[in-house]
Amino acid sequence: MASPAAQLAPTRASVLGSTSAWGAALPFLALLAVGLAFPLFGGGYWGTIATRACVYWVLVAGLNLVVGFAGQIAIGWVALLTLGAYTTSVLVAGNVTPAFPPYLALAIAAAAGALFGLIIGLPALRLRTFYFAITTLGFATIVTQIALAWGSVTGGGVGVAGPVFPPPFDSQWGFYYFCFGLAAICTWMTANIASSRFGRALTAIRDAEVAAEACGIAKPGLLVAVFLFSGAVAGVAGGLFATLQTYITPDAFTLDLSVLFFIAILIGGRGSILGPLLGTMLLTVLPEFAAPLVAWSTFLYAVLLLVIVLAIPGGIAEILDFKNRRPLETHRAIVPRPELLEQLTGAKPRTGALTLKEVALSFGGVRAIDGLDLAIHPGQVHGLIGPNGSGKTTTLNVISGYYAQQRGTVRVNDSPLPLHAHHRRAHMRIARTFQTPRIVGAASVLENVMIGGTIDGTGTFAESLLSLPRHRRDEAKLRETAMLALATVGLERLAAVRADRLQHSELRFTEIARALMLRPAFLLLDEPAAGLSADEITRLGALIVAIARTGTGVLLVEHHADLIFDICHHVTVLNLGKMLAAGTPAEIRSHREVVNAYLGG
Amino acid sequence: MIQSIILSGVAIGCIYALIGITYNVMFSASRVFSFTAGTLGMMGGVLGSLFIIQYGLPVVVGFVLVLVAGAVFGIVTEIVAVRPVLRSIEQHLYVLSTLAVALMVQQFTAIEWGTDARPFPRLLDLARGDFDQQYWLPMLACVVAIVGLELLYRRTLIGHAFLAIAEDAYAARALGLPERRLRMASFALAGAVGALAGFAGGELLLAFFGTAPMLTFYGFIPVALGGMGNNRGAVAAGLLLGIFQQAANFLVGGIFASVAVFAVFIIVLLVRPEGLAGAALQRRV
Repeated sequence: MASPAAQLAPTRASVLGSTSAWGAALPFLALLAVGLAFPLFGGGYWGTIATRACVYWVLVAGLNLVVGFAGQIAIGWVALLTLGAYTTSVLVAGNVTPAFPPYLALAIAAAAGALFGLIIGLPALRLRTFYFAITTLGFATIVTQIALAWGSVTGGGVGVAGPVFPPPFDSQWGFYYFCFGLAAICTWMTANIASSRFGRALTAIRDAEVAAEACGIAKPGLLVAVFLFSGAVAGVAGGLFATLQTYITPDAFTLDLSVLFFIAILIGGRGSILGPLLGTMLLTVLPEFAAPLVAWSTFLYAVLLLVIVLAIPGGIAEILDFKNRRPLETHRAIVPRPELLEQLTGAKPRTGALTLKEVALSFGGVRAIDGLDLAIHPGQVHGLIGPNGSGKTTTLNVISGYYAQQRGTVRVNDSPLPLHAHHRRAHMRIARTFQTPRIVGAASVLENVMIGGTIDGTGTFAESLLSLPRHRRDEAKLRETAMLALATVGLERLAAVRADRLQHSELRFTEIARALMLRPAFLLLDEPAAGLSADEITRLGALIVAIARTGTGVLLVEHHADLIFDICHHVTVLNLGKMLAAGTPAEIRSHREVVNAYLGG
Repeated sequence: MIQSIILSGVAIGCIYALIGITYNVMFSASRVFSFTAGTLGMMGGVLGSLFIIQYGLPVVVGFVLVLVAGAVFGIVTEIVAVRPVLRSIEQHLYVLSTLAVALMVQQFTAIEWGTDARPFPRLLDLARGDFDQQYWLPMLACVVAIVGLELLYRRTLIGHAFLAIAEDAYAARALGLPERRLRMASFALAGAVGALAGFAGGELLLAFFGTAPMLTFYGFIPVALGGMGNNRGAVAAGLLLGIFQQAANFLVGGIFASVAVFAVFIIVLLVRPEGLAGAALQRRV
């Protein structure tokens, strides 16, 4: 019985994948056609505007990964445009060094942009939102000051001539096609990233950082790659900008430009490529229609920013997202199919138990856990119960590395788990869910589940950028596995739906599907039954039992005593951080103190 | 030479500290850092020049009007950019909403007031030379602000209410404190402090729209280094920053002084994100 159903799921996934991919590509192909044909019906002045839109988009496409996907509020990105423009112009002009050929100068500008993109970006790894925003702002101010003061190189306030590219790119339309080509390549590359495990990991960092870490996503490495890429294309955009302007002075690089780039992304909508592309075109063209208002353009951008933030935080992308406005079925039942587990998780290497020995942790004067012993055996369900504040979730956080215990050890197979290394737990196949589901609301259910398999990808960021074979293999595999995981928990029909449209109970099962993507040796479930109906709890119980039967050790933190006593092999009862009792469900149920303290007579 | 570096450094440092306090007063009541802090300083200078030079109002009247304008702008910021965002799920959107308000005011000033720096009136004509009023007015303003705030927070009922909100807004609400009105009141207070900074430092900074982003950045450094919400830390860090900047200005020149300040700021933050005086926050999972 299991095999036909199992074969069905992946087929449906691939059909769904290809149709939606074509649907998504359609607007881009239309824009490509319009862009290629543009010189046929555009006048000379509109050619300049169109070229400018392309140049801006080269920068915004890269910045979009930083702002729209990773959610880092980088305001001063104009600094990198300045850097790229001056690097290219000065190298080509040859007033400091021997004159460079324009293409080489552009490549050097890209390298310089990448380096400084990394330097501006690095603080984001440690600093909170506002701090990061203000450091990028400070950086932009300083770069302009340097351009103004370093007269011997930059020409100071007088400026320097922009580079001219050799034929055929020296004419207006020739240069337009050059910029358009680069813009198209940037669109393609960022779209590749967006639909890769890296793009999903970025949105996970943005909207559900803790869950991202639990899935083994290492924020530093990912952000470094994004800042390098984003800086490089900003440097290239700077070189193109200098050519477009024919002559550059520090005045050309005001903070207004930065605001324009930033707002283009927000108008477009975070986590979208098409939206910010349209936003960039809109903002480039808008002042031309409102010539008397040019002086007020930045003011209007600011008004626009406020309106977007307050009224339509989803931007154009949300308005264009027709698919997710179709009503969902109202009475949806979650029917897990545990029989698919065998196929999903496959044969697991046998590991020893996960053991806690005399673990203790206090916050200030409060002893959250005080000398806890616990062993989770492969293939068994271990229940952890106790009143609120008894240390259940804290125990879970110690095991998954968010808290470091002050005393005692946590071992798997007799080797101790490193303290603090929460993002390494996924590599040890320790998966978890959260008391409040931590989900990327703006991503589809399928994408959310695919996040769980991030560490199983083999391709690099660069391979995904260029959509090389390894990237495509990774994606196909992840999609297939995620579809199977969704079928296992009974949500495959909702795969394409935005996750924030799901009901609470569906989010809980989505989290379990995401955790299963790791093929976990140990699965930590934090109150998975909270908010579920009685039927759903029964099915959840059966699913957990089936998961354990595949050799996974399950730690179940729960308040539903019935569920605990039905499915657990072993139960530990906590009270005020101390172990009150431990034993089989039957022993616990008749334990006098437990009944008094927790279960009630 | 050293004397003038220290004098101007302390004066500039006092302005930075006052902007830092502006940030802090808003932050305590709302957990929001507002990009409008520097804008308030700019408004203090521009409006002071407008009222006193252009309209010919007496200094005292101009001063009071500037403070009122700052307070009103603080309240408007709270209503337009802070309150709606605190109600939404993605609270960090405040970064963008306050940025939008700050940019609007800055651009409006650039267009209506002009993009050139205009002179600020000499308020009193008491001491010239080395110990000119342009140096000691910011110092005086800083002392008055810090003493006033300490008295307010320690001696008055509304000050205790502010502290309660800052400590635990949830518990304060449960005790029946009108959180929203207190938040508005602290934004008004912050507005007045920010405008005071720009007014007292008017002769040093001039009436110039470009002061806004500069103060927004340099005024945040005392907050970041002194610890969020810590006014004494802000004053200490502000003074250090002012003296460091002036010394670097004198020793290596303006541009490299900016780079030096920026570099030190970034490095300190990367090493101690909670600031020199702050305590590390336990993250919540």
